[in-house]
Amino acid sequence: MQTALGQPTLTSIAFFLLFVFVTLYITYWAAKRTKTTTEFYAAGRSITGFQNGLALAGDYMSAASFLGIAGLVALKGYDGLIYAVGFLVGWPIVTFLIAEPLRNLGKYTFADVVAYRLKQRPIRTTAATGALITVLFYLIAQMVGAGSLIKLMFGLPYEVAIIIVGCLMIAYVLFGGMLATTWVQIIKAILLLGGSTILVFLILLAFGFNYIELFSTVTKNYGEKIVQPGGLITNPLEAVSLGIALMFGTAGLPHILMRFYTVPDAKEARKSVFYATGFIGYFYILTFTIGFGAAALVGQELIMKIDKGGNMAAPLLAEALGGEIFLGFLSAVAFATILAVVAGLTLAGASAVSHDIYVGVIKRGRADEKQEVKAAKISTLCLGLLAIILGIVFKGQNVAFMVGLAFSIAASANFPALLMSIFWRKFTTQGALWSIYTGLTLSVILIVLSPTVWVEILKNSQAIFPLKNPAIVSFFASFAIGILVSLLTQEKEAEAKFDSEKIRSYIGVGAE
Amino acid sequence: MKDRILNSQEFRSLVRSKNAISLILTVAQLFIYFGFILLLAYNKEFLGQKIYGPVTIGIPVGIGVIILTWLLTGIYVAWSNKKYDQKLSEIREKLVGGE
Repeated sequence: MQTALGQPTLTSIAFFLLFVFVTLYITYWAAKRTKTTTEFYAAGRSITGFQNGLALAGDYMSAASFLGIAGLVALKGYDGLIYAVGFLVGWPIVTFLIAEPLRNLGKYTFADVVAYRLKQRPIRTTAATGALITVLFYLIAQMVGAGSLIKLMFGLPYEVAIIIVGCLMIAYVLFGGMLATTWVQIIKAILLLGGSTILVFLILLAFGFNYIELFSTVTKNYGEKIVQPGGLITNPLEAVSLGIALMFGTAGLPHILMRFYTVPDAKEARKSVFYATGFIGYFYILTFTIGFGAAALVGQELIMKIDKGGNMAAPLLAEALGGEIFLGFLSAVAFATILAVVAGLTLAGASAVSHDIYVGVIKRGRADEKQEVKAAKISTLCLGLLAIILGIVFKGQNVAFMVGLAFSIAASANFPALLMSIFWRKFTTQGALWSIYTGLTLSVILIVLSPTVWVEILKNSQAIFPLKNPAIVSFFASFAIGILVSLLTQEKEAEAKFDSEKIRSYIGVGAE
Repeated sequence: MKDRILNSQEFRSLVRSKNAISLILTVAQLFIYFGFILLLAYNKEFLGQKIYGPVTIGIPVGIGVIILTWLLTGIYVAWSNKKYDQKLSEIREKLVGGE
């Protein structure tokens, strides 16, 4: 089979330019409505639950998960499904424990909630550090992935791809703030869900709408193994550790948490997670089908020839079933996906710098609207440039571990402090600081000593820490240290404020 | 006003029921997911068994975990939209004074 993949075709460029044109127009529209801090960070709290559900799903369905999971299923079969399931199961935790209190208690960042009754400056410094490090690792992984994927799909040089992505994302966030970022995210989510649905429809069309036929074809070609659990989960401890990172990390991702401030109230926040979980779950079921469809209709050999990791399985299948036009469409969708995800991350990182560090710590909470918006825009620009530089610096590096690390830090630095500050009266400033730093340093140190970095990247013969993901240690240690230090250091003021926090958390009185 | 709310029967029952639902559903979710991966770790053969043509047990189980995950959030949202919001508006009316 001949493929147009790897070179810019007329259709892919046309679809891509159309997307860029529409999103820049939205940015222009949003810029006129983005003057205050609430508008810049939280889209003026004007997003509905349904829209936010799409935007949340958009934030979560990265190109890496779309192309990566489809490829994993195409090459490894059932194991790809196990991997996808892991990324969904954190959403109920967000729904049950975090979304509503976060919306009722905070303003723009999750540090708002952690600092609600604790000492502002140390807490904001520390929580923002956790947020920023999470965002940076996630961002590096996304940028490096973006560069290589765009190179594979359009044949653009890596650096050029990174610079295009970086400049567009800076434009969205800098001028259009959260309003533009949200609508870019919504459009991308609709395109991605729509494109995948069409692709699955075409697969089923090829198999006479008979799933069994699809499974029969892949098992005939690649053996029974492809529909059975393989080597992904062998060590129970390893699986549980990764499970903890994914499950609780979702509830600690700053760019996800920030979205709950864009809806008017806690009720919409709660509804938005339900929609998001539905969209993401549906998307993973589609991706699973796409992977098998690619194995059956494109063949593993060709998929691996184009990219060893299987990342081009979905685009190749699109071409096989819908020709060059559909390939062009899907490639543009993947590009859009990359853009939207990095824009969301940049905004979350910038808000940690401007809202928490600059206004909360340096200005001690005394900055007017104008100053804060200006600070937020400068932070956006700096973070955007940093993302471009890091993307280029890490070219060709193995950055796959960084997503796991970001989830581990989110689960063990951000989530425990957030949860305890909402639900535990005796939580203290010292307890929070120790908890966050424990989660953060343990995650980073243990991942360096783990097989993924110590052996695969630093080329040592044996890992010092046996597990690939450190969450099973760092998550529990963060809680244990947080509880222990809180019990050793009493904070009367914080305890006294717990009652009003509780009322606001459950009833929403005084929520912004 | 603060103490009146805190000591009211309504607020206490609101907090209690919400915490109970959140806790039960969180435990259910942990059970579903970690059950799934421990089953994978300890009994791959079970999930690899064929049930219908080429389809193995693992496929409906994996898809089932995705659907159950979504259903759990659905249960929570349905409960909140009905029960929680009703209690909430009662409390707001009675104690917070309209708003």
